Amino acid sequence: MINPAFSWNIVDDIRTMWAYPFMVNAFRAGAVVAVVAGVMGWFMVLRRQTFAGHTLALSAFPGAAGATLIGIAASYGYFAFCTAAAAVIALATRGRAAGPGSSRVSESALTGIVQAFTLACGLLFVALYHGFLNGTTALLFGSFLGITSSQVALLAATAAAVLAILAAIGRPLLFASVDPDVAAARGVPARALSVAFLVLLGAAVAETAQITGALLVFALLVMPAAAAQRLTARPAVSLLLTVVIGFLVTWAGLTAAFYSPYPIGFWVTSFAFAVYLAAQAAPVLLRRARRPTFLAGAPA
Amino acid sequence: MQYKDTALNPFTSTQPARDQTAPAGQTAPAPPADPGPVLELRGAAVRVGGSVLWSGVDLTVGRGEFVAVLGPNGVGKSTLLKVLLGLLPTAAGQVRVLGQQPGRASHQIGYLPQRRSFDASARIRGTDVVRLGLDGDRWGLPLPFGPRSRAAAQRVSDVIDLVGAASYAGRPVGECSGGEQQRLLLAQALIRRPELLLLDEPLDSLDLPSQATAAALISRICREQGVTIVMVAHDVNPILSHLNRVVYIAAGGAACGTPAEVITSQTLTRLYQTPVEVLTASDGRLVVVGQPEPPAVHSDRHASHDHHDGGAP
Repeated sequence: MINPAFSWNIVDDIRTMWAYPFMVNAFRAGAVVAVVAGVMGWFMVLRRQTFAGHTLALSAFPGAAGATLIGIAASYGYFAFCTAAAAVIALATRGRAAGPGSSRVSESALTGIVQAFTLACGLLFVALYHGFLNGTTALLFGSFLGITSSQVALLAATAAAVLAILAAIGRPLLFASVDPDVAAARGVPARALSVAFLVLLGAAVAETAQITGALLVFALLVMPAAAAQRLTARPAVSLLLTVVIGFLVTWAGLTAAFYSPYPIGFWVTSFAFAVYLAAQAAPVLLRRARRPTFLAGAPA
Repeated sequence: MQYKDTALNPFTSTQPARDQTAPAGQTAPAPPADPGPVLELRGAAVRVGGSVLWSGVDLTVGRGEFVAVLGPNGVGKSTLLKVLLGLLPTAAGQVRVLGQQPGRASHQIGYLPQRRSFDASARIRGTDVVRLGLDGDRWGLPLPFGPRSRAAAQRVSDVIDLVGAASYAGRPVGECSGGEQQRLLLAQALIRRPELLLLDEPLDSLDLPSQATAAALISRICREQGVTIVMVAHDVNPILSHLNRVVYIAAGGAACGTPAEVITSQTLTRLYQTPVEVLTASDGRLVVVGQPEPPAVHSDRHASHDHHDGGAP
């Protein structure tokens, strides 16, 4: 295992890292993932579908385990399971607003059912594939080792497709997310949009899971978006901020993981969490800075 | 035909604005060659969940009228608006909205659904909510610059000024009070210069002074913009002095006419099929006495009927 010392000479440090082709690939993949996860996560946080996102993330685990079991690249397993789980959740809960006589279950209950079942599948695949134990940790908590150029190309192509579709449906999706009743009255196909969104989210989760692992997808999916939405209520600005935060956090995490013995998932999550805490604290601190008399002693 | 709705296309600046830019009363829009009624219902009936909510509703509403839809809880007042929007099919009778089938003219209709409040954590500005009413249903991304973008931004700020929401439109909408949110939503409904405005209990859950202010604002928009307003109301008194016409729906059917014609002991007794008395207080407020309690089965009256949305074109 390479563990060169971090010199604080950033240029030299980056040059040292990028001397390794696999690190260059990791940085490329990280950049792609940060953008896709940021944008999709921003909509997910706005739509309050984090539970569905979490379930899709967990279904990345059996996807990768199953792919390894049958001897294909884990990427395909991620995409197959994540988008399939998204389709199941989206289609089975289509009528969740149906009347009291409906036999349909609520979205959150069904999401929980899908989650439990996918985890069980993952456990089964791991049990079937003997001697898999090292790989399991990487699947759950992420790894930046061994990302090939063709994997980066696959990530980039999927990301481009996801972002292109999202650009096309983004405005009606925002309308239907913020204001579903009026959007429906204006003829926005809210249901079809919600299905499309979940499938896109599945693809984004599958991408993210390859860097952060199945359990820590939220580091890139939720935290940058939550931090950005806390900092500004302007949609365009907070969307851009989300991508920037995700990007910085991922690259910083990769660097830290390269120069330390600790796993990438931990670093990315910790950095994202730090940014989130800072975003929570910043408005409060700013307000206090603007009103120094507030602390100095208001009339009792 | 590039724009079937040229007159309503918010980006057409050559169109004389039926706006606060025009002095009140002077430049009311010239009526089209054949205006026709804005709403026309003939023997309309609606069925929700297998049972008939109301039937035999005859109603004609002309341009620029302010109409209130009244009646007890659960009688299907909101459902009437959904029928007009084309979100629910009628079980019988004819419905014409702006001369077309319901749902066809949705770009000429502003809709303010029943009391929805944004969650306190909603991190989006009031301006953005209003803007979504302008072009939120279009596919693709808007250009952030250019004449269209400027015209859209101008329209958003105009309509926000019209409802008097400028001071809080830049705040996250979740932090605005109920009355402030209601004004922003009214701006959202008005932004495309609709011919017809459907308001579902917009005064609900406002305190009494806010109710009077909001009623005056809605009435002013009706007069100055020449917009036809159909407003579902629980209590007629805050809007009584502004109304042209009321539709009263009760279990026994519906009655339509001026408030003085409809809100009488005689008409309501017939509609409720039980003795009802209408009293007039010294300040002119109407009090309906002996109004029967609404049937208990209407607990789902505000349940969403989204499963019919597919019918909307």
